[in-house]
Amino acid sequence: MSARRRMRLDNAGTDLPVLLPGAERLADRARRDRLVGTMPRLHWTHGAVLAGLIVLWAGMAEAQTGAAEPGVFDALFRWMPLLLEGFGFNILISFMSMAIGTAVGVALGLGQISLLAPVRGSSWLVTQFFRNAPWLVLLFFVMFMMPFEFVVFGTVIPFPDWIKATIGLALPVMANVSEIVRGAVMSVPSGQWESSESLAFNRRQTLFMIILPQCIKRMIPPWMNLYAILTMATVLASIVGVSEMMTLTRRALAAEQNAFTLLVPFYGFVLLCFFAYCYPIARFTLYLERRYHVIT
Amino acid sequence: MAQPVLAKETVDQPEAAWTPDRPIVEITDVHKAFGPVEVLKGVSLDVMKGDVVCIIGPSGSGKSTLLRCINALVDIQKGSIRVEGQEVHVPKLDKLALRKKVGMVFQQYNLFPHKTALDNVMMAPLKVLKQDRRDVEGRARELLAKVRLTGKEASYPGELSGGQQQRVAIARSLAMGPDVMLFDEVTAALDPETVKEVLVTIRQLAEEGMTCMLVTHEMGFAREIADHIYFTDHGRIVEHGPPAEFFQNAQDPRTKEFLSQIL
Ligand SMILES: Nc1ncnc2c1ncn2[C@@H]1O[C@H](COP(=O)(O)OP(=O)(O)OP(=O)(O)O)[C@@H](O)[C@H]1O
Ligand SMILES: [Mg+2]
Repeated sequence: MSARRRMRLDNAGTDLPVLLPGAERLADRARRDRLVGTMPRLHWTHGAVLAGLIVLWAGMAEAQTGAAEPGVFDALFRWMPLLLEGFGFNILISFMSMAIGTAVGVALGLGQISLLAPVRGSSWLVTQFFRNAPWLVLLFFVMFMMPFEFVVFGTVIPFPDWIKATIGLALPVMANVSEIVRGAVMSVPSGQWESSESLAFNRRQTLFMIILPQCIKRMIPPWMNLYAILTMATVLASIVGVSEMMTLTRRALAAEQNAFTLLVPFYGFVLLCFFAYCYPIARFTLYLERRYHVIT
Repeated sequence: MAQPVLAKETVDQPEAAWTPDRPIVEITDVHKAFGPVEVLKGVSLDVMKGDVVCIIGPSGSGKSTLLRCINALVDIQKGSIRVEGQEVHVPKLDKLALRKKVGMVFQQYNLFPHKTALDNVMMAPLKVLKQDRRDVEGRARELLAKVRLTGKEASYPGELSGGQQQRVAIARSLAMGPDVMLFDEVTAALDPETVKEVLVTIRQLAEEGMTCMLVTHEMGFAREIADHIYFTDHGRIVEHGPPAEFFQNAQDPRTKEFLSQIL
């Protein structure tokens, strides 16, 4: 690879000015943000506070209502199977969005380091567009742009809302995966390209046999972090009417006449479910980062 | 991206088969610029088969760039480079054929960190030349033995010292069966004790008749091993000659100054 090509790749900076390093600490921080994303991390205290709040509230409500009315916990346990089913749906959407987003995102990321200027440019543009668009807007966009069914050779293939939501959420995932791939490839020293080239590897062989195997480790932590963020974002699908956990919680509360005492425990339970699912992922990501020295 | 633009006078002609009485590397009036900065300003030199040539000169004088032109890691603007009679500076260059002929070793070793020493050596013959795995492995083990690294086959680069890594890198280049070896300051990143073990390996290669082109700051080694020494400054060869002559009675003031600083 010629020096000119390499320089072109280096220049594809995409960071917001606020990320520009003012000091060594800020530089480290920026490097980490670029790799992992700027989203906040979950901490175990989040879960502890949440659980404490539910118990506290439920206790208070229980004391106020008296023995005659059904208790808060009774209601929660009654609805729990349904809510958990909804949660399973959230997980399903997150899996599928992640799978689609990763597959397309890897291709897009490789497009960003293509030697063909049009491929590189358009991949960059698509990545930047979907990375810097609000997830909810993308979701709405896909919901209303896509038909609710396809007709292929006279057969009607229904296209349910939740699939559309999956696609809508896959778009920002795709863009973020694209950046993860580009960042990881750029982080491999140029000497690796050079020595591979002098050993007669062509560009494709170099990329797939030498460069990418070295970056897999570096890509896994930010990729898992992205997954945790995506999982939390799946509740956005409730706004567009998909029957996931948030939607079901709202319906359950409606069936309970929106009793004020139930609001906090129910939504608290939703939060707790997501915390219980995402926190281990966040911890494991942190462990992998330390292990692979992604952040020094 | 941009292919090298052919200068009119170097239009590809059908060439007679190369014979060892002609230079194995033939560099004629090579010009190379990075943007507006001209790094090579008309360099010419010939290397005969089995020769050991050392290139010395101050930092930034274009030594690395010159080596990189020879195996087409960088393209040139003007001039001609022939390896075994085959022009390098052509749009339809057969890169695979060229890089089989020319091996290169770098200052920073550039081993593949995710592969063991043995796999590093085996990879190119296996994946690029698609040779038989058993043959390749046998030869790779021999090469590692030759650079005195028997027992380190299963070590990863991160587990090896700088000198050991550099010797793996030499073995890795040799595995392609090159006719010419390029060494770009291969001992510059090593501590003084380990420099020697790498130089011993290079000397052994030279004694076996390998054509070598070395960029080096090891003057003692250059004097001892080189058949011919070239001194570059600001993209030009300002002085050259056999080591005895070169070190004793350098004529050019820049060469004298450089030698006085370094010796
Ligand atoms: N890829 C590149 N892009 C732009 N300029 C370059 C590039 N590579 C080298 N140069 C410039 O070309 C000049 C010669 O570089 P080169 O690496 O060939 O020098 P050198 O003689 O090997 O020096 P050193 O002893 O420090 O290795 C330097 O001024 C360098 O800045
Ligand atoms: Mg150099």
